[in-house]
Amino acid sequence: MSAHTVEKLVYMANQIARNVTHEPDPVAMIADHIHAFWSARMKADVFAVLDGPAGAALEPTARAALDRLAAHAC
Amino acid sequence: MDVERETYRPQPDFGTPEVRGAATVTLTIDGREVSVAPGTTVMRAAAVSGGSIPKLCATDSVKQFGSCRLCLVEIDGMRGTPASCTTLVADGMKVHTQTKRLEKLRRGVMELYISDHPLDCLTCSANNDCELQDQAAAVGLRDVRYGYEGENHLAQPMDISNPYFDFDPSKCIVCSRCVRACDEVQGTLALTIESRGFGSKVSAGLASDSFLSSECVSCGACVQACPTATLQEKSVKEIGKPERATVTTCAYCGVGCTFRAETRGEEVVRMVPWKDGKANRGHSCVKGRFAWGYAQHQERVLSPMIRSSIDEPWQEVSWDEAIARTASELKRISAKYGRNALGGITSSRCTNEETFLVQKLVRAGFGTNNVDTCARVCHSPTGYGLKTTFGTSAGTQDFDSVEDSDVILVIGANPTDGHPVFASRMKRRLRQGAKLIVIDPRRTDLVRSPHISADYHLPLRPGTNVAVLTALAHVIVTEGLADEAFVRERCDWEEYRHWADFVSLERNSPEFLEPVTGVPAADLRGAARLFAKGGNGAIYYGLGVTEHSQGSSTVMAIANLAMATGNIGRRGVGVNPLRGQNNVQGACDMGSFPHELSGYRHVSDAAARALFEAEWGARIDPEPGLRINNMLDAATDGLFKAIYIQGEDILQSDPDTKHVAAGLAAMECVIVQDLFLNETANYAHVFLPGSTFLEKNGTFTNAERRIQPVRKVMEPKNGYEDWQITQLLAQAMGLDWAYTHPREIMDEIARLTPTFAGVSFARLDAEGSLQWPVNEAAPDGSPIMHIDGFVRGKGKFVVTDYVPTDERTGPRFPLLLTTGRILSQYNVGAQTRRTANVVWHPEDLLEIHPTDAENRGIKSGDWVRLASRSGETTLRATVTDRVAPGVVYTTFHHPVTQANVITTDYSDWATNCPEYKVTAVQITPSNGPTDWQEEYEAQATRSRRIKGPNSSEERGAMEPAE
Repeated sequence: MSAHTVEKLVYMANQIARNVTHEPDPVAMIADHIHAFWSARMKADVFAVLDGPAGAALEPTARAALDRLAAHAC
Repeated sequence: MDVERETYRPQPDFGTPEVRGAATVTLTIDGREVSVAPGTTVMRAAAVSGGSIPKLCATDSVKQFGSCRLCLVEIDGMRGTPASCTTLVADGMKVHTQTKRLEKLRRGVMELYISDHPLDCLTCSANNDCELQDQAAAVGLRDVRYGYEGENHLAQPMDISNPYFDFDPSKCIVCSRCVRACDEVQGTLALTIESRGFGSKVSAGLASDSFLSSECVSCGACVQACPTATLQEKSVKEIGKPERATVTTCAYCGVGCTFRAETRGEEVVRMVPWKDGKANRGHSCVKGRFAWGYAQHQERVLSPMIRSSIDEPWQEVSWDEAIARTASELKRISAKYGRNALGGITSSRCTNEETFLVQKLVRAGFGTNNVDTCARVCHSPTGYGLKTTFGTSAGTQDFDSVEDSDVILVIGANPTDGHPVFASRMKRRLRQGAKLIVIDPRRTDLVRSPHISADYHLPLRPGTNVAVLTALAHVIVTEGLADEAFVRERCDWEEYRHWADFVSLERNSPEFLEPVTGVPAADLRGAARLFAKGGNGAIYYGLGVTEHSQGSSTVMAIANLAMATGNIGRRGVGVNPLRGQNNVQGACDMGSFPHELSGYRHVSDAAARALFEAEWGARIDPEPGLRINNMLDAATDGLFKAIYIQGEDILQSDPDTKHVAAGLAAMECVIVQDLFLNETANYAHVFLPGSTFLEKNGTFTNAERRIQPVRKVMEPKNGYEDWQITQLLAQAMGLDWAYTHPREIMDEIARLTPTFAGVSFARLDAEGSLQWPVNEAAPDGSPIMHIDGFVRGKGKFVVTDYVPTDERTGPRFPLLLTTGRILSQYNVGAQTRRTANVVWHPEDLLEIHPTDAENRGIKSGDWVRLASRSGETTLRATVTDRVAPGVVYTTFHHPVTQANVITTDYSDWATNCPEYKVTAVQITPSNGPTDWQEEYEAQATRSRRIKGPNSSEERGAMEPAE
């Protein structure tokens, strides 16, 4: 997986986060969205970088949502 | 007998338009009792009762005119001989249509017409298919007492300027049917009668205008209305009178017009709009009516081809070899890299049955959910947005609904160019008095055209749709204009309150947002008030809504607006996505998305999966697959290796061309199934020649969820219908498919898809079309949805906060580029560029405002360099105030323009639908093509070399492929 792809996945997660800020539970909304629409490989790719510099670029709600999904996937 | 495939005869003509109504009036015509709706003419009643009153100036596509005086009748108790076309029925009326007195009068009228008409019937192209000839026979004309030597119109020159039809004024009887068809049916009002009395003549506009130079849009309505050979298709003159007629569905836009394909042998003579077609009601546009010649174009590829590398020329091979090679490559790649290294793209230009089979092959044969469709790059936000808010991924109305609209709001759509046949119906309603709001960065034709003027045009800055819609909602909520009774009954009240509180914030007011949107607050407030309180409000939208980073939010904002004003669940209202391609709705319905099975059931739904697994005998992955853009990302990462693309040209149509090219180039097996060596085929290893809509059976589903038959009128020139090719590939991959006709595929779709449960070819043949859902709850289909409640239960209000796109203007790229379509061309132009339609649009042009042009020293016709952060291209400019200062616009119909080299890979947050409509650019004068354009052209030429079977001789693909 290239840095470009990782960057793009992080961008996508942040973009979702920025668009659901007014949802009653944005973290759940982001997690549901990624669960429903991202392939297993895309999810695995982003889980793999959560603790690296790419993960640090995540919006807090996006990060929380991915943490929740990653924990569920384990 | 199959009534939809019949020996040629003209379509029935009832003389005057149908009047709908529940009540009836009963009268007697020549002793026959007949009951019709009040307001019906005597002429129509006579036709309904099986009679036939002679007529020339009357036809049922236009209002009665009363000019030719041939349709005179006698009515008991009435003086004289009234014209039956302008006399309305009355209860108890007794009408006589064939009397000695009438015969004499009619013969006299006919005699005058024929005295100034060429007597060349035997050599006339309309011989035996001419109303004038028929009526002369009907009135028993045997002689013309006046002779033919007097002053006449017989020497008038023909106008042959239009590529599809000729105008021969010497044969014109000045019945005005063509002029009225242009006015009433098409709504362009291009034609007129010039001069007076004996000098009266049909004119295409000014005296100096030809049909080509005038405002005529070549819809064909005048040709269809003409009772003589005055306006006639060139193809009829060349080929002759048709011998058979087959009703089928157009393969261009999402309106889904039905046509009679009128043929001689296996040759199409002409396509004539079918009067009984419920989508088009007998009308057509220049594409469907005339631009079908691509099916026989010399560049069409008819033999399968393979090659090991895209640097090699193509090698023509047999179907057996091509299919065996393809299957072998797919198996090899699956074994080496895993099943998820494979994927497929279904086509919105192919039938439901063909699309269903491609996604079935990917899921059940390849063993992956990596399947996507071109709706990804057009209306995927519609699917997401309307499913979230209403519960169904589709529009809410049928096209007839517009007849009851009082306020029409058009946002991000240019229907007169993109959906012209529906636009004509919309314009008719507007001429009747409906109000119009247009939200568009450009001054589209709908904003101001003959007899049409938008009450409000909100020329927003590209990328601010959500801000404008939220501001409209702000006005509606804060001024107390919302329909709270509707909301309380039909929607989730708490969600509504949450949304209403949000839109009421000062930061969502028109005044606060005016600097962002560029829309004057007073206009926006006026538009909001009109939409909320102007009666039935209908919203129509297109790709100007969806192709944004907030495409899905915009769709949901539209849904919010419709719910808040109570404009859902009856005729005249609703949320209406104008779909781009002919079967984009169907492709989505058929399970083309990587996360959904047919009928929009998520792949994680175990019960739905079990149904398919039992029917298909294969396991279905419960995880979503890759979207097109994700497939390309994975390819450049070396993880995605093979793709089967049916009827889709992603290299030209998808954004960021260089990235698409890199992704395709990184794959080991790219399989393209298409009519032509399209741009994507430059990177393909297998080319499987596809079939046109004229060569196949199946169904298309249009923008109003209407499933309509596609019927074969000629054998496939490539040897197979597209579904058969997919089946050959499936069989070679080891699947035990054995469909013998698309009707069996539809039966399988119906078994597996609840919304299609009641659909079958037998029903479609009997009823003409069906609008899904068609099932136990809606046995006759569903012209209008959400009548008694939303499919999801309560309508859901979703807060749609305006999030500016990350594509920003700045000093380097100070202008915003937005893209669109033009009437005569269709999408990437693969079909229309191979027809005479190129006379209207031979190249893509860049529209630029006079101020921006002057600042850069650019004049109309100059070559300009169009550059963005993604790339640059060159094209010629046209200076116009249609676009606002700071905004430029172009179409994307010509591959040489490479408009998608410019567009970025920004996309919708929910669906990854590309942000085609907003790209920051700079325009500078230019001398010619960019390096990229020249390199691209060279690569394309190299890639299209073809070797014949068992031959080392190469040829360019511009030559015939057989």
